Amino acid sequence: MSDVKLVLRGRVRAVLGENIDTDLIYPGRFLNVTDREKTAEHLFELAYPEIRAGLQAGEFIVAGKNFGCGSSREQAAAALKFAGAGAVVAGSFARIFYRNAINLGLPAVVSAEAHAGCEVGDELEIGLTQGVIRNLTKGTELRAAALDPRAVELLEAGGLIPYLKKKYAA
Amino acid sequence: MGLTPMTLPMTMAEKILARASGREAVRPDEIVVANVDLAMSHENADLVRKSFLEIGVSQVWDASKIVIIFDHRIPAESEKTATTHKAVREFAAAQGIENFYDVGRGGICHQVLAERGHVRSGMVVVGTDSHTTTHGALGAFATGIGATEMAGVWTEGKLWFKVPSTIRIEVEGEFRPWISAKDLILYIIGKLGADGADYRAVEFDGPAIRRMTQASRMVLANLSMEMGAKVAFTPVEEMGPDPGAQYERTLRVDAGRDVAEPQIACPHSVDNVKPLSAVGDLEVHQAVLGSCTNGRIEDLEVAARVVAGRQVHKRTRLVVIPASQQVYREAMKLGYLETLMAAGAIINPPGCGPCVGVHQGILAAGEVCVSSTNRNFIGRMGSKDSFVYLASPAVVAASAIAGRLAHPAEVEAAHV
Repeated sequence: MSDVKLVLRGRVRAVLGENIDTDLIYPGRFLNVTDREKTAEHLFELAYPEIRAGLQAGEFIVAGKNFGCGSSREQAAAALKFAGAGAVVAGSFARIFYRNAINLGLPAVVSAEAHAGCEVGDELEIGLTQGVIRNLTKGTELRAAALDPRAVELLEAGGLIPYLKKKYAA
Repeated sequence: MGLTPMTLPMTMAEKILARASGREAVRPDEIVVANVDLAMSHENADLVRKSFLEIGVSQVWDASKIVIIFDHRIPAESEKTATTHKAVREFAAAQGIENFYDVGRGGICHQVLAERGHVRSGMVVVGTDSHTTTHGALGAFATGIGATEMAGVWTEGKLWFKVPSTIRIEVEGEFRPWISAKDLILYIIGKLGADGADYRAVEFDGPAIRRMTQASRMVLANLSMEMGAKVAFTPVEEMGPDPGAQYERTLRVDAGRDVAEPQIACPHSVDNVKPLSAVGDLEVHQAVLGSCTNGRIEDLEVAARVVAGRQVHKRTRLVVIPASQQVYREAMKLGYLETLMAAGAIINPPGCGPCVGVHQGILAAGEVCVSSTNRNFIGRMGSKDSFVYLASPAVVAASAIAGRLAHPAEVEAAHV
């Protein structure tokens, strides 16, 4: 039933800076794309098209603080998820982006140490409920915030829609 | 109305969430499940609709509490948009959602929600638009959410919130000529940073705030989102924070001393704020007056005053977008649109216009725009190699006349 494991393993595809806004993640001109899977085609389209081009399923995006600031557009989280990102790890998240990610079943992990402690290509093991990220390439451990039980419940259900679907199933 | 001995004094955010979650009192960081009083969506109602249908419930929880207002792409700029508009239109009719503002019936969602009386103090308002914080100027706990979360609200009529701590911002002093709410809030965002109020509530108060018009207060609440605020309040008559409520911090601003000059948010972040004189010489290709931040009647009035009897510079386009049908009609009656058009402005239909980078004034590579809107991110208004400077309506109008970033006082002093 669960389509998200609580321990994730994968490589870092990109290490980005602070205040990565939702226009960078998913430009406003594509907001009329309302098929979630198709949003992946426009991930980082204006600013970092190479990230989308190179992203392999399960890879991680690492960033500084305030990732996803700006618009409430859910396409920003959807594009990351459907382009195959296994998780986003950031110093902090803007609140609407964070909720969107979890609601869509995309793990969003808060870690102040990840930005300085990861490079592109590093292999990470992220314990979502343990509050720790192991950088297997560098042999280091980075502290992270453990996901709260509400977020874990939603991720395990595969997101808010499957969660509510089950709750209201006739 | 005294406080019972058991009740701790609460901020606006705490009071509203306590009421909406059926509790005596709440404290920061508690998780509460609050009943939603009003749920607003724009074009992304199509995303909400799809998620809602996936959940498999046949009827929305309360059609009278849902408002849908098209504004991001009106009238439809493409067949794709026309198709989503149609789907939402049909869904609203099928669900009995009567508060549906179609093309030509409303305008920018936040302006319409306020001017049509949908929002009252003490309400919990959620909208699938980040600038839903605007309605804190009417005393509502109003915040943006994503489309899937809204599908949950359409299903259940409630939502979980972490109770935010509150930053208090006290503003005193007199605004100097040509300085407005926009300059004040840009100054504050510059001080606190793009994440300076992340997850927090903001309460504005003080004599300078209490002298402001309702429209100006909406500017403060609207742009508080750009420092991450979950909700932002300005004072309302009906209710206020309890005396002795606990604040995370208090910021004091003297409007005359601290905001002595127009404030400009330079590319490519809203917290990259400088006083106008520090920006330097800047040729301007487009000036945009509009948006949920600054497209109201007082904004059009000040712009008309600046451009009256003058001509927009030949290298510059002035794009004006009244925030709603109502604002458009009033501006026509008052002669503001005539004045703006005589100066060489083009008037767009009410809506978000170029602010979201979709249509009606997109920028080419290398172009510079001075705009009364709310975001200057890379590619926000067109090319990723264009540059958006955020400013007050008066500065936008002055810059259109001068063809370069200009203080309205310079334009006023210059001979026509």
